[in-house]
Amino acid sequence: MAGQAWADEVFETLKRLRISQVGYVPDAGQARLIARAEADPALRAIPLTTEEEGVGLATGAWLGGARAVLLMQSSGVGNCINMLTLAANCRAPLLMLVSMRGEWGEFNPWQVPMAQATERVLRAMSVIVHRAERAEEVAAMVEAAGRLAFSSRAQVAVLLSQRLLGAKVFVAEE
Amino acid sequence: MADPQRIEGRLSRRRAVARLLAARARDWLVVTGLGTATYDAAAIADDPLNFYIWGAMGSAAMTGLGLALAQPARRVLVLTGDGEALMGLGALATIAVQNPPNLGIVVLDNGAYGETGGQASHTARGVDLAAVARGCGWRNAARVSGEEALESFVERLGAVESWPFFAAIAVRDDGEERTLPPREGVFLADRFRSALGLPPS
Repeated sequence: MAGQAWADEVFETLKRLRISQVGYVPDAGQARLIARAEADPALRAIPLTTEEEGVGLATGAWLGGARAVLLMQSSGVGNCINMLTLAANCRAPLLMLVSMRGEWGEFNPWQVPMAQATERVLRAMSVIVHRAERAEEVAAMVEAAGRLAFSSRAQVAVLLSQRLLGAKVFVAEE
Repeated sequence: MADPQRIEGRLSRRRAVARLLAARARDWLVVTGLGTATYDAAAIADDPLNFYIWGAMGSAAMTGLGLALAQPARRVLVLTGDGEALMGLGALATIAVQNPPNLGIVVLDNGAYGETGGQASHTARGVDLAAVARGCGWRNAARVSGEEALESFVERLGAVESWPFFAAIAVRDDGEERTLPPREGVFLADRFRSALGLPPS
């Protein structure tokens, strides 16, 4: 979780956006954000078995007058594709924070295909995509994305670049 | 494999849903999964506080969870089919962990994919959804089979300790005419939110 100071700012931003449900699939890049959500009794942290569950969760929350955010990795975007229909058809607000893998110094080739398709897949399903390259821009971007989602009933994803998060290192370089 | 429609003890699906919704209290919000659950709920009594899902197969239970957490003073009934529930099976684990006191899930289990030609579903091939729910941690999880069991199940819904619950009701399809509610998502969502006193955005 070292070097995730931006996560505290994002957490405060989510509180300011009146988010009350945080759906997530565990992710190293957003580990601090997840820990903050789990530790805050004013929020409901909701671990999901698969990211697509989060689209139903967020739509249901909004139908009932509450706001959700979904935290996931780029691989999880692939799991969400058909479920995005629910948010699109109802014009239900959707705010997704997506940790990118497979694009910057990636060690694991199995992360690459979905990562490279992530932005195109989201756009193909009419999700508006913001992309953060630097830690200092993340919180403002999440705030703007949240306002866009909840005020304009849009589906918005904020991609957190792998360069920002730092590539995962498993083994010494060959 | 036995034809799931011919197995003894299966209730008429439409009548089972009618019995269930006759017990609906004023505070109930109803989310239906695509297919016959949506048609049955609409046929019995359309209501602005019914949210009909026409696609996004596998999303009904999780939509119910988000809604139940957002509206803790109301009860949320998710009404769906076995095929729809099977596509979102992980939701049973996710919801059990949250243990929302105001959420109930009813699966109309006919053991078949009624919308696509009646192909046997996994529940006609040995999968027991109530057992899956119990394994996920649902304390109130039952397979409801026959008139008496349905009656006793419905009678218990008024009691707080009966919630949250998961029930798979063994039903058959009697070929009733489909009643198609509105399909437009924005309309259904705005109608629902408006009935809850919420603004469009």
